[in-house]
Formats: sequence, C-alpha cells, structure tokens
Amino acid sequence: MLEQRRRINIEYDVIIIGSGSIGVPTALATAHDGLKTLVIEVLPSLAQGDNKHAIGGIRATHSQKSKIWICQRSIEIFSTWKKKYGDDIWWVEGGYVFIAITEEQEKLLKDTVDLQKKYGLNIEYVDAEKIKVLIPGINDQGLLGGTFSPKDGNASPLLALHSFYQQSINWGAEYKFKEKVIDILIYNKKVTAVKTTKGTYKTKNIINAAGALAKNIGQMAGIDIPVQPDSHEAGITEPIKNFFSPMVVDTHPCLDPKFGNSKNYYFYQNKEGQIIFCLTPDPSKFGTDRRETSSFLPQISKRMIKLLPRLRNIKIRRTWRGLYPMTLDGNPIIGPVNNLKGYINAVGMCGQGFMLGPGVGELLSRLLTGRINSQDNEIFEDLSLYRNFYQAEDLK
Amino acid sequence: MENITNHPILKIPKRKLVNFSFNGKKITGFEGMVISSALFMNKIKIFGHHAKDNSPQGIFCSNGQCAQCTVIVNGKPVKSCMTPLNDGMIIESCEGLPELPDDDKLVSVGDPPIIETQLLIIGAGPAGLSACQILGEKGIQVIIIDDKDRPGGKLVLQTHKFFGSQEDVYAGKRGIDIAEILSEAVRSLSNVDIWLNSTALAVFSDGLIGILKNNEEYVIVKPKYLLIATGAREQMLIFPGNTLPGVYGAGAFQTLVNRDLIKAAERIFIVGGGNVGLIAGYHALQAGIEVIGLIEALPQCSGYKVHEDKLRFLDVPIYTSHTVLSANGDNKVESITIGQVDKNFNILPGTEITFAVDAILIAVGLNPVDEFYHKAKEYKLKVWVAGDAQEIAEASAAIFTGKIEGIKILKEMGLNTIDNVDELEEKASIMKSKPLPPVQLDVPDIEEGIFPVFHCIQEIPCNPCTSVCPQKQIETIDGSIMQLPYFKGEKECTGCGRCIAVCPGLAVTLIDYRKDKNNPIVTFPFEMTTEKLKMDQIITIVGNHGELGQFKVIKSRIIKDFPLTQLVSIKLPSKIAKRAVGIRLQPSIVREPLELYYKHPLANDTIVCRCERVTVGEIRKWIRKGITDFNELKALTQVGMGACGGKTCTPLIYRIFSEEGVSLDEITPGTLRPLLIEVPMGLFARTKEEDKYRI
Repeated sequence: MLEQRRRINIEYDVIIIGSGSIGVPTALATAHDGLKTLVIEVLPSLAQGDNKHAIGGIRATHSQKSKIWICQRSIEIFSTWKKKYGDDIWWVEGGYVFIAITEEQEKLLKDTVDLQKKYGLNIEYVDAEKIKVLIPGINDQGLLGGTFSPKDGNASPLLALHSFYQQSINWGAEYKFKEKVIDILIYNKKVTAVKTTKGTYKTKNIINAAGALAKNIGQMAGIDIPVQPDSHEAGITEPIKNFFSPMVVDTHPCLDPKFGNSKNYYFYQNKEGQIIFCLTPDPSKFGTDRRETSSFLPQISKRMIKLLPRLRNIKIRRTWRGLYPMTLDGNPIIGPVNNLKGYINAVGMCGQGFMLGPGVGELLSRLLTGRINSQDNEIFEDLSLYRNFYQAEDLK
Repeated sequence: MENITNHPILKIPKRKLVNFSFNGKKITGFEGMVISSALFMNKIKIFGHHAKDNSPQGIFCSNGQCAQCTVIVNGKPVKSCMTPLNDGMIIESCEGLPELPDDDKLVSVGDPPIIETQLLIIGAGPAGLSACQILGEKGIQVIIIDDKDRPGGKLVLQTHKFFGSQEDVYAGKRGIDIAEILSEAVRSLSNVDIWLNSTALAVFSDGLIGILKNNEEYVIVKPKYLLIATGAREQMLIFPGNTLPGVYGAGAFQTLVNRDLIKAAERIFIVGGGNVGLIAGYHALQAGIEVIGLIEALPQCSGYKVHEDKLRFLDVPIYTSHTVLSANGDNKVESITIGQVDKNFNILPGTEITFAVDAILIAVGLNPVDEFYHKAKEYKLKVWVAGDAQEIAEASAAIFTGKIEGIKILKEMGLNTIDNVDELEEKASIMKSKPLPPVQLDVPDIEEGIFPVFHCIQEIPCNPCTSVCPQKQIETIDGSIMQLPYFKGEKECTGCGRCIAVCPGLAVTLIDYRKDKNNPIVTFPFEMTTEKLKMDQIITIVGNHGELGQFKVIKSRIIKDFPLTQLVSIKLPSKIAKRAVGIRLQPSIVREPLELYYKHPLANDTIVCRCERVTVGEIRKWIRKGITDFNELKALTQVGMGACGGKTCTPLIYRIFSEEGVSLDEITPGTLRPLLIEVPMGLFARTKEEDKYRI
C-alpha cells in the first residue's frame, strides 16, 4: 500500500505520449538533460506505429527554414551516433538528388537551391551529365538536371529508434507499453497528470508525439490539432551490390488511368544493398487504413523502371503502407499552446518525423529546461499551431 | 552424372542434353530441368556464399520460397530451383551480394490485366483439385492455380501406395497416379482454367489477388469466391550445422529425387519418424540411395507401423529416443552426430555417435500455409480453406476436406448438391485420426490350402484389401475402415494375389500349403527393382524380429492392375512361413560409426534465420532482455526479414520463446506483409522484352 502511494506520488518532469520517430528521440534528449521522463505507448513495443513504415531518408535540404535548422541538427546526431554510442544505425551519407524533367521543375529547383544556400546547406543544381554519374543507368531522355546535396543521407528507422531508446533508458527515461492514454488531467489551465488504461501519472508537462493519432490526444486536452493522416505505400527489394548512393526524388506528376495517378516517388539503396521506395498517390488517400492495395506495385514499378530501366531485374521482397500525419501547409506543428500550460505539440510531421525527430527532441528539451535561443523562438513561431496554414512549402 | 537412370516405380523420360557452363567449366544437363538439379547432376552442390558470413549456400527449400539457391545466369541473379536450364547458359555462383546487370536499354511498360472469375482456388493439390471438381462439374467458372509445373501438389512426389478406401480416396493407388486421376477430372472441364507455374503473391485489401502467372507474367485476379488450398510447409530444427548444403527438408529432397530424377545424395540420414520421414527413406532406397539411419526423438515412431516396417525390412536402423546433435562438415554435410535422449529429451552423455553421410533430411512436422486465408479473412473476402492449409493430415483427408469446402461454396452460391457434408466430415475425421499402438496378432493355426496372412497390426484408416478379393472373403472387423482385416475362409482363396498387390503397407503375404505342407510357397510384395526378380535368385527373408534366412526365388509375377508391384514366391520351411513378412536383396550390414574427433559446437552460434544469418544466441539475448514483440525482434536482428519472409525461422523463434519461459499469449506476432516470394520489378510493370524474367 505504502509502495503504491509512493508510486502515485512520483511526479514526472515530462510525459511523452508516443514512442515513435518523435517520442523516442525526445525522451533521449529530455533524459539526457536530466528531466524525469516517462514515455507512454499504446502499442506493444516502440516504433510500431509509423516509424517502421518510414523508408529512412534524412535531409536538411528543405525549403522551409525551421525544418532546415531542425534537420541540420538531426543529421549531426544521426551521422555521429555510431562513433559516440557504438550502435550501427546504418547511417550513410549518400546525399539527395531531386531530378528535373520539365523546365518548370528546373526553375523551382534552382530557386530553392538559392534559398537553401543562404542557410549554409551544401546543395547544387547540376546538369544531366552529373546526374548520370550519380545514378548510373538513369534514363537521360528529357533529363534536364537536378539538385544534389551530398551531406544528406539515410539510416534505418528501426535500428535508430532502438538505439535511441536504449540510450534514453541508460539516461533514466522510463517507458510504459500497451497503455492507452484516456485522459489528460488539467487543473487551473495547467497539465497535472496523464490518465491511462492502467494508471494515472503526475506531470507538469506533456508532449503530444502521437503521430497519426495526435488529433485524438489533442482533443483530450481540448486542443484542436489540424492534422489528418494520409497513406503512402512503400516497398523494399532484395539486397544487391551498391550501385548508387543518393535518395532519388522524382517530383514529376504521373497519370495512370488504370491503377491511379501519383505525385512524387523516391527511392534509395540502403547500407545492406536493398532498394527502398515509396510513392505519393494523387489524390491523397486520407484515413488510417494501413492495408496494402493491389495498385501500388504496378504504379511504382512502371515509374521506377521508366526512370532506371535496370531496376526491372531487381526482385521486390516486401511492401507495406504507412501514414503521413499531414498538415495543410506540409510543415509540422511544434511547440506550446495558448491557455494550457505544460502541453506541447510535436505533431503533423507530414512523413518527415524520422529525419526531424532528433532535432525536435533537443529543441523541446531546451524549451522544458529554459534554454531556448532566438533561433528556437523563430522555429516555434514558424511551426506554431496558430500560424497561417495556407502558405504551402515548395518542396514537400 | 548423378541422374537416375532406372527406378522401380518412376518412368525415366527421354531428355535432351544441353551444354552450359558453371564458373567457366563446360558441363551438360537436361534441357528444361531446373538449374539447381542440373548442377546437382554434375555434383555441384555449393551455389555461392552468403554476403554476411561467407557461409556456403545451396539448395534448401527447392520450392522457390527462399533464395539460398541463387546463382547468376547470363549476368542476372535468379533462383536456380525455379529457373529452367537452356542451352548455352552461362551460370556463375553467387558470391556475396549479386550485382544488378547494367542492362540500361529503355523498355516500354504496361499494365497487368485484372481478370475476373467466379472462383479462384489457390493450390492444385488433393484438396484444391477435389474442390475444383465438385464446383467445376456444376458449371462454375474456376481458375485454379499452382506454383508447380504439374497439378497434384505433393502427390506428384509420392511413389508409394496410399491408405484409405478405394471408393473415396483411391486407396492402394500410388500418389503419382492419384494425382493424375484428380487432375484429369479437372482437366476435362471446359469451365476450369488451370494455371501452372503460377504463384499467388498476395491477397490485397481491395479483394484482389496478385499472381505470378506461368512464372513470367504478373496478373491480378478478382474472384467472387476464394478457396485456399495451399498445403503445408516443413518445419526445421535448430542444431549446429543446420544450414550446411546437404541439410534439406524431406519434401525438398523428394523433389530432387522423384520429380527431377536426380540422385541427390549417396548416403542419407533422416531426422523424424513420422510418415513423411519414413516415406522419404523408402523413396530414397527406391532411387538407389543408401539410408544410413533414421532417428526419432520419441520412444516410438509416430508414423504408420507399416511404413516403419518397410524401412526396417530393408535394413535401415531406426534409432528411437535419439536426436540430432550436429551436422558436420566445412562446406557441406560430411557427417551427422546423433545422441540418445532421456524422457525429458536431455541428451545422455556418452551416447553420441557420428555417421558419414552426405545429406540429412529433416522431417519433423509440417505447418499449414495459411497466411492467405487469414489475410483474406481480415480483408473480408468470401474465403474458405481446405487440406493441409486447414489442418495438417494425410492426402486422403485433404481429398475429403476439399470436397467439403467445395460443397460449402456451392451452398453459399445457392446451388444444391446431393453430397452429404455430414458423411464427408465423418470420413474426413476418420482419415485424420492418429494411429493407435500396434496390437499383437494371433498366427492362424491352419496349415493347409492357400490363404492370405495379414501382418497389418495397427488400426489405421485403410481397407483396399477388402475391395479387391474376387471371392469377397476379406473383411475388416465390424466392416470398419479403422479395424484390422481378416480372411473369412467361407470360400476358397484363389491365390490371385490382388490383396498382396494392393496393400499400401506391403503387409499381406500369401501362403500356399497345397503342394508341400512342410515347405509352403509364400508370396511377398516387392517394389525395389526395375527388373523382375529371377528364378533361383538368392534373397533375404525378414520377419518382425530380424532376418529369417536366405532362400531362392521360385518365381516373380505381376498382376496387370498393379503393374509396379512384383509378387515374389519363395518356398519356406513351415515353421517360419507365417512369420515371414518381407524380403530384401542383401543380408544385413553393420553400419560402423566414424571415430571422428567430436568437438561440441557452440549452441549459441547455431543459425536460426538462415536468410539473414541470425544466431540463436542473439535471439536469446533479446528475449532475455524482455522482448516479447516479434516485430521488435525483427527490427533489432533482421530475423525474418530476409528472402523467405520468415517462413522457416518463425516457428523456430516461437520455440526459443517457449524455451525461455515466455508463453504464447505474451508474444505479439510479427506483421505479415506481401509478397509471398520475391519477384522481379519488371513483371509488375509488364516490361516488354525478348528475355523473360524469372524469379
């Protein structure tokens, strides 16, 4: 009884809801900074929401300054992780290539490069010949050129999250699995506790890192979060000897009367030699359905083979479908809210949670420990829940 | 050349030799046979080395399910067990990761067709074919697919005679012949499309089924009704050396021997005393392969006694209460070490013995291939399941469950049938019954005239002997198919020999005292030689407790209806005549164990996931750290994420969980995803090209 009372009286500095791409690196940062941290997860283990559906691309070369800043820090963390903590998370500094086929695309990419350079990003617009060197075998018919950002890369979402998790535990973070958050207790416009199917945990701060389910968590605190998941299908091939390094992004829209139109698609070869690919359907498929459809393989195979014909001989091993928690402008919602002290959003990652995660985690830990700087303030303003969502980003 | 040139049961077709090369060496094989078997014919059993640990790779599943037999053909990585051999192929071993050929010519792409059908049956084995016949005869439009090159499922590999009853399941006929009867009934129906070499890849949430048709074309099928008759897959074991080339599932070995007619090994050892292991041993002997022994961990074999006796009579030692300790060899299996176990399956120290063998067959049970059924259920398709995919049992039971599910589908369609489901259910449940312990039989006292002697001492569902007697003098007790047969003797036995020839257990002899009471003529069934045994040939007579002596053959004859079972007559002294059960050509030989220095391998280094080379030690480490979510194990170790998609290692990992004291209800199962097997991307885009894609 006494033991139970003691447990009830424990107060966490922060409770993170969700143990995915955002929740785990956030716990890593807060535990590192000495905050008593609890992560609550409804699923049986970590990274079982949509982290495991992410294909693993990591880039700082966005066209929105806050995402650039966050991901610049993320890349530092991913790229030095093995050296610091010993675990191989399959980080490869392979770069990103956005290809241009139309003059419109070419112009857009060139304009973006100008903006990106202002933030110190290593990115160039290169001609078709250089693209052909980066992606051997690419179909050069109509290929105008593209951007290449050599400092971007990729890593395994599964291995990275598990390694972050282990390190966060080493620093004192606690995790509760198979527990569903059913209420957020508020007193006097302040968060006081989180109630789950198994108990109530006291805290002054909660971070909503619930990914596709973020809207439901927000509702418990009376906060309307304009995040709506849509779904994308992805796949992975057998491993073959590495023959290209960058993440290849083709943003050209594609008509497919039989299996459905699509917007962009992208693929890269991971450290093990497997090619991982993903497609954005057009129109978007909103909802939480994660079940595989029969359309995806014909859709993506036609596009990838038209671009890189030699891929017709690679064997596809597995496919899956995951959710992108989307916002209207394609940017995440990160930071505190009005009229409820202790509630922090880290939601609406729009399919970029994995690459944003480590940077977001440190940003939020600085917020909780009173160490925010002027750049952080700019980020919170940019990614505020109360911003104008009708200014879409160019390169989502 | 290691191809089989004569076989007592199987016809050896004329095949055309073609030239090809392996790692630069010019060799020959038969055109159209799968590359793996062509390599085996040339004694090549190591097809490459794994990228992760350089371990030797070769044939394992022989079924297109894994990728361990990958070789490079004309520059492209392919599964050798699924790719037919053509003249002039340049084949190389796959050393590490294969290179994707820089074949950059532009290709046009197209859309796979979406084909609508009333009914799709996945699997043309005994269950699928039986259901197909019932539905097809009612005029239902059916597509039935099978991933093999001929219908019949595993029956096409079974050269032995089957149990059950003649009227329902063709008892007394060989598996290969039953396959033909079932296939022919379906082939004759114009409303049934049979797609061979066609693998179902995925059941999608939109109710469509992705199919790799004829191994070269991706099509999508939209069925109104779906029947899953996908059969079973073999279980593996965890023991040191278990991934060496030369360790196969018994079914994989049967494919090499009975389908491809390859003498896949010289000396084999069998692990598992169920029907699959016992039969595999008999098949190996028929193919001229020596069987050094068979082990069973339980105190007695779980298969039918008559199958076990077939091996014993042919001088195969059966070691009960024994387990495999290791497969030994540097690059391939060179020997096996076994050991005796106590009743708790702990190894008794000092009982380890090692035998020189070049192949080890694992026959330790089957698991249903039921992933598609569960996916289809989850996606709310109108789906049924039959055969081993529903419940592991004999092929004869699969014929019944196929019929039953077929009738259920008819009813769902609103069509009537005269078949009685209840009656079929009852027969199916009899077929599924586990064999009881053998009983002691009294030897008949009579020593005059002529009559059959039944050495059938175990109650199993079987009665073809009662159907073939022209005098109608053979019955089972109470007329029950489960009971033992006896000779009524109300009318005289004509000595026709049909009961001997039909018996699947080779457990009937005929004794004729009419010419010489003291030296009656005893007739035995025999199916080990292509040529009939000759008069005066010396053979060994075997009883239930060993050899009874050597005697001369008087004659050997064949009944037209049972053309592959010789009836061999021998004059025997009356005191052993009734105890004589079987014959073999050679007297017993003693199989000397090797006096090898036996180093205990590290159990923790044993491979569990052969695709990603994950060891039992690594899996135990994570389970001991508290992991109970299969998906997390996958994430951390890549276990189950390799080419075979966890088909082999998943049951093994559940066993490790259980050994570590984690109960089944604590474990979160791994998520199953498409595709069933790996397929080249070009097929989904229907690229048009001269050279065909092969999986």
